[in-house]
Amino acid sequence: MSSETSTVTSEPPPAAVASVSSFNINDTELTLGLPGESRKSGAKRSFSVIMTDLNLGGTDPSDSECSVVTKSPPSRKQLVGWPPVRFSRKNTTKSDCKYVKVAVDGAPYLRKVDLELYSGYQQFLCAFEDLFSCFAIRNVSREMKLVDPANGVEYVPTYEDKDGDWMLVGDVPWKMFVESCKRIRLMKNSEAIK
Amino acid sequence: MMLLQPSMDPNRKRAKSVDRVDSVDSGSESFESTRKCGFPDEVLERVLSLIDSHKDRSSVSLVCKDWYNAERWSRRDVFIGNCYSVSPEIVAARFPRVRSVTLKGKPRFSDFNLVPEDWGADVHPWLSVFSTAYPFLEELRLKRMAVTDESLEFLATNFHGFKALSLLSCDGFSTDGLKAIATHCKNLTELDIQENGIDDLGGHWLSCFPESLTSLEVLNFASLNSEVSFDALEKLVSRCKSLRVLKVNRNVSLDQLQKLLLHCPLLMELGTGTFMQELISGPVTEFKTMFSNCKNLVTLSGLWDATPLYLPVIYPACASLTFLNLSYATLRSDELANLLAHCKSLRRLWLLDTVGDKGLEAVGSCCPLLEELRVFPADPFDQEIFLGVTESGFVSVSHGCPKLRYVLYFCRQMTNAAVATIARNCPDFTHFRLCIMNPGQPDYLTKEPMDDAFGSVVKTCTKLQRLAISGLLTDRTFEYIGKYAKNLETLSVAFAGSSDLGMESVLKGCMKLRKLEIRDCPFGNAALLSGLTKYESMRSLWMSACNVTMNGCRALAKEKPRLNVEVMRDEEGSDDSQAHKVYVYRSVAGPRRDAPPFVLTL
Repeated sequence: MSSETSTVTSEPPPAAVASVSSFNINDTELTLGLPGESRKSGAKRSFSVIMTDLNLGGTDPSDSECSVVTKSPPSRKQLVGWPPVRFSRKNTTKSDCKYVKVAVDGAPYLRKVDLELYSGYQQFLCAFEDLFSCFAIRNVSREMKLVDPANGVEYVPTYEDKDGDWMLVGDVPWKMFVESCKRIRLMKNSEAIK
Repeated sequence: MMLLQPSMDPNRKRAKSVDRVDSVDSGSESFESTRKCGFPDEVLERVLSLIDSHKDRSSVSLVCKDWYNAERWSRRDVFIGNCYSVSPEIVAARFPRVRSVTLKGKPRFSDFNLVPEDWGADVHPWLSVFSTAYPFLEELRLKRMAVTDESLEFLATNFHGFKALSLLSCDGFSTDGLKAIATHCKNLTELDIQENGIDDLGGHWLSCFPESLTSLEVLNFASLNSEVSFDALEKLVSRCKSLRVLKVNRNVSLDQLQKLLLHCPLLMELGTGTFMQELISGPVTEFKTMFSNCKNLVTLSGLWDATPLYLPVIYPACASLTFLNLSYATLRSDELANLLAHCKSLRRLWLLDTVGDKGLEAVGSCCPLLEELRVFPADPFDQEIFLGVTESGFVSVSHGCPKLRYVLYFCRQMTNAAVATIARNCPDFTHFRLCIMNPGQPDYLTKEPMDDAFGSVVKTCTKLQRLAISGLLTDRTFEYIGKYAKNLETLSVAFAGSSDLGMESVLKGCMKLRKLEIRDCPFGNAALLSGLTKYESMRSLWMSACNVTMNGCRALAKEKPRLNVEVMRDEEGSDDSQAHKVYVYRSVAGPRRDAPPFVLTL
């Protein structure tokens, strides 16, 4: 699915809500009427709305604020099923989605992420917070680690590249990483050291 | 279209028959008895078997008991527009000798994720009944049905003469199901897979066609993502001498396509794979003769990644093309103009809005025979974009293509004046689908609602059958539609209208309305109930995110027991709570027995 629907949930993920302090739902609600008219209070409208991209800090890559960020930040919310374009037509201009499996040591099932959605490592790692809802990101020097706050266990993100080698995430430029990454494994730190 | 007559009993004389025959001769009874004596059933059946149109056949079946029986015995082709309007048992009882079935399932808005998964429209109950009733079934065409691999395997192994399978917008199956079809259907002539929610587990299915299979005439796997074995594909194409439709997927390269084309000179419809090569070493000259053998080609599609360097390869085939689908090629205006200069015979053209208004000017000047134009948005969800096409492109096309009948147009701005001009230039519109992508957007020059735009369409285009409206619209739009659109059968409405009057006008005025789909409009119970007497003559009504409540739906259900009034609930609520998604349709099969927990039949 394209960027705006791959993070679909019926309510915004907790991380995104927490980072949005000044967002007011009424400001963005669609109303009928000519421009300038105030909203008729009686009209009960229920829109099927999926909230995406509440990034208020711009697309600065060093921005440490973690919301689920997509490539092009829309200024208002996007509606389900609108415009009425079939899924098969959505990604005509973009290259194929780059979905890779993500395995976490000890977790019973894998997840998949679309690497094309993210423009940098920071945003990418934030996605893990949402996917697994048990990690916090800790940057130690230039290495990236994910920590389970419940038991302090550290996970190191690694990936398998085109040659079949297991590499540490973060060494190469983002685009090169996206190009060469086949799958991802979050290794328990004790394993990684070996 | 199968006419629904709830009290249809083959042995009962129909009261309506008298009215029908009256128009021919006032002495109706004597006329009938004369007919009975002088017209053997076999002759009647033979004559009726020549009638193809479903509508005509439905009319025929209403004439009298004899004609009803003759028609049902000679029916080979059944079209069921709503799989829940009738049960497979009823169909099998009425039509004993069917060879071809077309079944449509989910409401159209399911294409845009408005219908939850597991809603229904499972094809399996139909296949079970058909396996005993129609063991000689040859064709199955499904649209928006839920299909599993098990069902496909069941189909492949229980119907021994099975020939043609077409799956459009279906979901629930994987390429494993296709393996079963390829393996077991010894007489397969058609495999057409389009736009499905399919689990693509790899391209091995294509290799499952046995060496003995030579009957294939139609093969369309353009919408599948994984790579098939080119060797298997080439061998398949070369041994199927009657192949007339071949649409491959993006993984098939240009030089592979060239090899394929050598084997099927009779091809009428071609869908290419990727239309560029990574390695450049005198590429174009290699492919210059690629299309010179395809004398019968009338349809061309695919063309992924086509660039100005490679597009000229298709020029030799362009003169005879009647349908060109460029909706997967991101062409610019000049690239399109150069291409269209060669396409004088085009009747149907599908484009991406990357071609811009200038590209559409080229359409207007090069394609005077054009009857259908669809312009899709390359980036529909990017709200920052100001590219694409505008009202001026549409106007240019209307000037140059007066024979336009079918338009689907996605744009970001429109004016009432432009649409009025377009309608004047092309009065023969039968399908007018305009999508101004920003909901509730007014005429961008006058800032007025777009009411007059659609008013001019319905006033001028008297043959209009299908209409999709958008932009800022008040109840006036609907008054126009109700007053003028007397041939309208399908209406799609989103983010429009001011009050119940809007929907009421349409239900009151549009005599031939069959399908009405509405989302995010301020229509409530009064509007819903104003159509009480109308819904049984329609296929279906969809209303989502409107102001209809559970009580309103209950009232409708109570008054009209032959309608299925279904509400999709997000959560439990009180009696008077909002009915989020309402789907109303006529049925002779009674309430659904397979409804999931979130579908409430009232």
